[in-house]
Amino acid sequence: MEKPVTGTKKVFMTGNETVAWAALAADVDIMFGYPITPQNEIMHYWTRLAPKYGRQFLQTEDEISAGFTVCGAIIAGKKAFTATAGPGNTLMQEPFSMAEAMRLPTVAIIQQRGGPSSGTVIYSQQEVTLTTYGGNGEGHRIVYSTASNQELYDYTIKAFNSAWKYRFPTFVLGDGYQAKMREPLEIYDPATKNIQMIKPAPMVGLPGQIGVDREPQHLCNIYSLEEELYEVVLRVQAEYEKICPELVEYECRDCEDAEILIVSHGVVSSSAEDAVIALRAQGIKAGSFRPITLRPFPDQKLREILASGVKKMLVVESAYGQLVRLLRQEMYGMTVPMETLMMPGVGIIDADIMSKVKSLI
Amino acid sequence: MVQPAMPKTWYIPSKPHKFCPGCGHPLILKALGEAVDELGVQNQTIFGCDIGCSLLSWNFFALDSTQTHHGRTTPVMVGMKRARPELICVGYMGDGGGYSIGAQHLVNSAIRNEKITVILANNTNYAMTGGQLAPTTLPGQKTETTPFGRDPELTGYPTKGPEMISAITGDGAYVARGTVSKYRQLKGFIKKALQNQMEGNGFSFVEALSTCPTNWRTNAKQTWNWLEDNMEPYFPVGELKSPFKKEG
Repeated sequence: MEKPVTGTKKVFMTGNETVAWAALAADVDIMFGYPITPQNEIMHYWTRLAPKYGRQFLQTEDEISAGFTVCGAIIAGKKAFTATAGPGNTLMQEPFSMAEAMRLPTVAIIQQRGGPSSGTVIYSQQEVTLTTYGGNGEGHRIVYSTASNQELYDYTIKAFNSAWKYRFPTFVLGDGYQAKMREPLEIYDPATKNIQMIKPAPMVGLPGQIGVDREPQHLCNIYSLEEELYEVVLRVQAEYEKICPELVEYECRDCEDAEILIVSHGVVSSSAEDAVIALRAQGIKAGSFRPITLRPFPDQKLREILASGVKKMLVVESAYGQLVRLLRQEMYGMTVPMETLMMPGVGIIDADIMSKVKSLI
Repeated sequence: MVQPAMPKTWYIPSKPHKFCPGCGHPLILKALGEAVDELGVQNQTIFGCDIGCSLLSWNFFALDSTQTHHGRTTPVMVGMKRARPELICVGYMGDGGGYSIGAQHLVNSAIRNEKITVILANNTNYAMTGGQLAPTTLPGQKTETTPFGRDPELTGYPTKGPEMISAITGDGAYVARGTVSKYRQLKGFIKKALQNQMEGNGFSFVEALSTCPTNWRTNAKQTWNWLEDNMEPYFPVGELKSPFKKEG
């Protein structure tokens, strides 16, 4: 069957369309989804494109089912994914928590909308806490926060490889602006960038006669004794910590000699970078640090930067303290004062950040 | 001493099993094991179990098996079947998992005529959690959350699952209600529910009336009497829908 994307191609696409193409290029077999704004067009493009390339789709009865059907397809050995937002993300925490426990390489695209509850259908960065630490577990997840449609393409492809390589539930955390905005970008066949897509493998329905060639598979997520679970969680935690250095990603602009460091993630970091350029032109030593992975968090790099002469840190986010909470946890013990610009559910432009910076110096 | 025969697809290292004495689950699971044996489909049958007492079956079989969450076995098996249609996917759950917390999954999978087999044990209570009201608790029946008996004015009447499933499924679905008191008939229903999936006809559903002496607080005789005298008249046993020709 022909490849959905051959070579590289310049396109002008919305983020949702981009994600559908990226999942096709990443050799995804099946998508399960349930309508919720602002991620709907991922399904709309997928349902039109998938049959041409022998891929499947099922619209489930709710997000709980979308998450669990993804788990089932993965147990059976296929690359599967879903996409959701807001209240749908809330419902999917149950299947994601099973995926954490059973090390199922689920991939979910989260296009954040306003909250709490149904909030708005438009935009926010209020699903950081839910996506990084949702569920009744320890946050054994990989979360990429993207800032452009190009990154939505790149990190959707990467998410499938990270998930299948490390076997932790993996998330691409976008937002309604990225979902609906049209941008120029380059789509490509991963092979042209020397990206080898990892092949999925089944956990059940394996070859061989049971009892003769092999033992039956008995997959579990519940344990009889506290000590059994304790050992499992500690083992998973150790594995997670071991791979953190390979996984963490970040972006710095003018951090080397920055006296005021702006910390932001996702689309807000584009405004932060613009603000840094303008502030530097005015002689203000500003820098921008952007974690790309929110789980695991690039704490070592940020600690190095803060220790190299930063006088103040300004945390900027379209939420009321969700990135701030992550930083308090990850930067514990650092003494650089933390200022905040928190605008839950609304966009933040460079002028907002510049006036805040000027009020601090 | 003659050992009772175990189905080939029972997993010997997990025996003796962990169900209470007098529980109906092992009889249902024996019927499933024998049906799988007779059809010769051990290697392609995948067994998924719910939470509750049905969970105790997670390593019961020499079949590839997976645990899920309470009520979520149906979507997990749907995802599996959609991904690999050559597998025979069997979801095993209780009345709480199927008719209450996972009802939306059971209903919608049935409406979509998903080509999976669901076997549901109806023992009229939530047994693993200590005997609370289930969707199938009979009027007047005492449970931990209806200590004075189920009052239909407050909590409605018991769910009649097979009747509902047969009403909402399309052509090709197989729907039956069996009971552990009629073992050979129950095994026949389960075997047909597997065959129906193998032939790709449609959704296959068997409710099995089951016993729970621990939470019913009944002795052996009272247990059997409760099943035959109270449950079976309320929940009529038989095939409700079948694409197969009637036998005999």
